Amino acid sequence: MAVLDHTPLGLVAAPTSTSAVVGGRRRRQARVVSVTASLLAVLFALFCVALSLGDMRIPILDVVRTLVGAGDPASDFIVRELRLPRAVLAVLTGAAFGLSGIVFQTLVRNPLASPDIIGISFGASAAAVIGIIVLGLGGAAVSLLSFGGALVTALAIYLLSWKNGVTGYRLVLVGIGVGAMLSSVVSYVITRAEITSAAEALVWLTGSLNAASWSAVGVLAVCLLFLVPATLVLGRYLRQLGLGDDAAQALGVPIERARLALMLVGVALAAVATAAAGPVAFVAFVAGPIAKRLVGHVGLALVPAMVVGAVMMLGSDLVAQHALPSTQLPVGVVTGIVGAPYLIWLLVTTNRVGRGG
Amino acid sequence: MLALGLVALGVVLVGACLLSVRYGSRPLSMSDVLGALGNTRPDDTDQLVVRTLRVPRTIAGLMVGAALGLSGAVMQGVARNPLADPGLLGVNAGAALFVVIGISVFGVTTASGYVWFAFVGAAVVAVGVYAIGSIGREGATPVKLALAGAAVSAALVSVTTAVLLTDVQTFDRFRFWTVGSLAAAKPAQLWDVAPFVVVGVVLALVTGRLLNALSLGDDVARALGQKIALARIVSALAVVLLCGAATAVAGPIGFLGLTVPHLARIITGPDYRWILPYSALLAPILLLVSDVLGRVVARPGELQVGIVMAVVGAPFFIALVRRRKLAEL
Repeated sequence: MAVLDHTPLGLVAAPTSTSAVVGGRRRRQARVVSVTASLLAVLFALFCVALSLGDMRIPILDVVRTLVGAGDPASDFIVRELRLPRAVLAVLTGAAFGLSGIVFQTLVRNPLASPDIIGISFGASAAAVIGIIVLGLGGAAVSLLSFGGALVTALAIYLLSWKNGVTGYRLVLVGIGVGAMLSSVVSYVITRAEITSAAEALVWLTGSLNAASWSAVGVLAVCLLFLVPATLVLGRYLRQLGLGDDAAQALGVPIERARLALMLVGVALAAVATAAAGPVAFVAFVAGPIAKRLVGHVGLALVPAMVVGAVMMLGSDLVAQHALPSTQLPVGVVTGIVGAPYLIWLLVTTNRVGRGG
Repeated sequence: MLALGLVALGVVLVGACLLSVRYGSRPLSMSDVLGALGNTRPDDTDQLVVRTLRVPRTIAGLMVGAALGLSGAVMQGVARNPLADPGLLGVNAGAALFVVIGISVFGVTTASGYVWFAFVGAAVVAVGVYAIGSIGREGATPVKLALAGAAVSAALVSVTTAVLLTDVQTFDRFRFWTVGSLAAAKPAQLWDVAPFVVVGVVLALVTGRLLNALSLGDDVARALGQKIALARIVSALAVVLLCGAATAVAGPIGFLGLTVPHLARIITGPDYRWILPYSALLAPILLLVSDVLGRVVARPGELQVGIVMAVVGAPFFIALVRRRKLAEL
């Protein structure tokens, strides 16, 4: 963290006003870059640890050797076939959740409005639970269903809150209402099942990387290949919409279309991540605010939010796998327990400064 | 006029009770029902069904309905917030977490043992969510309260899930409790909870004048000589007693506390001295009819009343949100 504070503030001698602005912008960009670089370093370290730990421990150096293609066959197999897909999936889902969360939070201008709070995840959950319990599906079919469920739910929430345009306020409340209804559908379906498949559904509902495979990684990677650049390009509008509708309109932003496009990518990001790992709690919710805090509340922190999401997911999965010697917990348990206190704290502080809505 | 309306609602409520006693997976005629209530043939199966299953279930519906309707009305009045509802404010999730802890950690097996855990959970979370939602200059606005409720629910649910994942037996019991159903109500349990409901109902009904004063804003209420802090404490006590008792009997049932006070308000106007008794009668009618509906539509199984309420209540909630002036209460 000490790296972050080394902005060359004291070195700028008696600037003129324009050069101060330019210098300020450059400093902020430098800070975003240095924060992102440090986060990536943390992520890489966690990644190596994740590949090293397990039933058979592989020394970190051997892990690195394997990754660059110079390891022995045994550790090659364990690292590449068994542990790598899980770690990569954690990174990708975490990044997608983080990006989706910050898009929604900025769009609605409320730090509490992440996709897992405003009902989109419930759509994915309801569809997946119906798939697992009623239709007896598993694996990719459940992922596909949950993806569809998230999209349909998001569409429904959007249409239901449409009334001469969509305000963030209505979107959030309608989302909460729809979410409450869907969560009771989930409870109902779970009572209709045998206890074993109900328990399986519960694991899915918590969010878990236990079923990670290269094919799941592949599907998610292809989706993100389109979605992430699209989101970053749309980020320009996001920054302007974040100033409020009137200011954005004055800047020439096509408000409703920009909002719809941003919502689409935000929902799609959450949906593909949920399809791969289940509705992991709080990653989407927490990544954005943490990233903003790290880069110092300047502008948008889309890329840092992605990396924070990935770090959270990978770190939580490490804890979930190795915290209890006998069982592997689903990753969602850890993110939930870490995220909950943060959430309460955030609620208290945002309300205190009067930005809660 | 309004008093006549109350009488009419009372008649409708009796009708709803009769429906609830009559309809179910075993079809009964009205004479069976009346015979059972008069206790003519003690060893007749039909009459046994009526006495041991249908009547307790109906009484549970009455108690839970009145409790949730009143607590919703009081919550909306005290918070001056049209979206206040025990489910949306996370009270259900709080009760659920404490029930899970009760089952899993303290080995509680009987429903009358859940009661206490549900109470404590409901109380802690109701106070907590309201406190969090009302921090800040503008007080407890609808969005802040709803978000605080949804967020705290999400947090509580993930802790609940963490416990359930490691304990299949607890999960097996919990999953039936958490949908919200009147089917499991036992007479003994109803007797346990009845005193709380009675005290809660009385407290809630006497808060009418206080809520009227609060609805004018704290300053005006104070100027009218009302003790604001006392009003809030009495109301909070009523809400916790009623929500806790209802959740203990039936599990979490959402949206009833939300919708009923609005229906009552349509009939009575803004006077809480009328809204409260109307809510107390309308809510059990709605709950019992929903319960009967759940038994009829999914034969030979049944749809738990918590599900029916959610499916009926969520559209109502959304319609409410779409109305333009939301923050006026």
